[in-house]
Amino acid sequence: MTSTSAVSLRSVTVSYREHVALRDVSLDIGRGDFCGVIGPNGAGKTTLLTIINGLGRIHGGTVGILGETATNANFGRLRRRIGYVAQQERVDPRAPVSCLEAVLVGRCGRAGLLRRLDANDRDRARAVMDLTGTAHLAERPVGQLSGGEARKIALARALVQEPEILLLDEPTSNLDPRAVRELGELVVDAWRRFSLTVVMVTHQLDHLPAVANRIIMVKNARVAFTGDRSALKDARLLAELFADAA
Amino acid sequence: MPPELAVLAKPLAAAILGGLVCGVVGVWVVLANIPFVGVAMSHAAFAGAVTGLLLGINPLLTAAVFCLAASLLIGPMAERADIEPNVSLGIIFSVVLGFAFLAIGLMRGPRAEALNLIWGSILLVSAQDLALMAAATGAVLLFLGLFYKEIQAVLYNREIALAVGIPERALFFTMLVLCGLAVTANLSTIGGLLIFSLIVNPPSAAYQLTYRLKTMYLLSALFGVLSCLVGLFVSWLTDAPAGAVIIITSSAVFGLALLISPKRRAGKGLGTRG
Repeated sequence: MTSTSAVSLRSVTVSYREHVALRDVSLDIGRGDFCGVIGPNGAGKTTLLTIINGLGRIHGGTVGILGETATNANFGRLRRRIGYVAQQERVDPRAPVSCLEAVLVGRCGRAGLLRRLDANDRDRARAVMDLTGTAHLAERPVGQLSGGEARKIALARALVQEPEILLLDEPTSNLDPRAVRELGELVVDAWRRFSLTVVMVTHQLDHLPAVANRIIMVKNARVAFTGDRSALKDARLLAELFADAA
Repeated sequence: MPPELAVLAKPLAAAILGGLVCGVVGVWVVLANIPFVGVAMSHAAFAGAVTGLLLGINPLLTAAVFCLAASLLIGPMAERADIEPNVSLGIIFSVVLGFAFLAIGLMRGPRAEALNLIWGSILLVSAQDLALMAAATGAVLLFLGLFYKEIQAVLYNREIALAVGIPERALFFTMLVLCGLAVTANLSTIGGLLIFSLIVNPPSAAYQLTYRLKTMYLLSALFGVLSCLVGLFVSWLTDAPAGAVIIITSSAVFGLALLISPKRRAGKGLGTRG
């Protein structure tokens, strides 16, 4: 693990009973990188994200986050420095949670136990909602949002955490072209503004922002390729990556 | 105070405490979408209590042990990817029910005390029962007050709560244990086979009426207390089993809430927008 690495995986294996989701994965993601993780459905992309923030359990290897080797003891603390936008957060339209409250969830970890969220936390949440263009949704029940609005609220929640690493799992799936463009611009703006390391999973190559400087290709639970953005122009490489995809 | 009203002092306190604590833990059960947990817990408490009666041990103690064991089994079993949560709950439910009927079957002599645990007897609540109910209510409210924001995050989305750095497993399991404690504390007043309704009905009614979590807690506690008070007075006036009247009242409150629910009226317009 180098001090310039935001994420450093060494021989990481993840399995769910007989199904191996990731096999012997080693890679580094530098601090400040905008990294796109691409590959067909079921390749192991989401699993890769969940071992970076400790939601998934590894069966072998080591995970290094922001210069520290992640363990059960320190992952709770490390997670506070990692923002996470999950693939889809299904919320009951009748759920008693407003968008502002959903965003404020992002402050809970940093605030710590036994401390109430204060005016400063609310100000930060409103500022991030302004930034993501969701300030007008503050009082709306979070289950009553369009797909694009829901992703922006999830992004706002991740950003209000003041993370150093931002993980995005298929943030643009099932969105219309306008919403894809808007969300992409917001992510790039946040990456620049907060000097983030971004790891974005997608299977739609054209949804990956142009600033993405690092590409990781995942196929059949293995890292098939890591390199710079020029790989996205390598037709042979891409054809191999998606060869067996439906 | 007239003597006939003085005898109602302890039952009144029990009705208020029972309705309050069930209303609060019920919000956790409904929002975490684990209503069957309430069913399994209440039957575990019932099984524990009748086992205690059979063995000559304080039934509330054995009810608490069974409930605690059930809550500590439910959490980890529900998280196992290879067992459906409802399947694991169903297994626990059938095991505790088996224990309950085995204990009842092995009892010699009259089984009135065991059968009382089915219906509950709020009018005969003892000082010891009341102390346990007060302790359970205090523990639940203290936990809620201390960890309100974390509980809200866990109820919103357990995975996201974990991802932002909240110790969600510890909190979720503590919530289950406190549910078990609330069930145990109300066993002798509401009854082991009926209490899950008091845990599910008031918060489900509150859920129909508000988009605010704090309001949901308040309404749920209010509906719980109201159901218990109505049950108590109807039972006092007519000799009907209080537990059954409490459950029928709480079900009626839910039905009424459903009828007047602004969410239901807006129903067709609700839903995640494309």
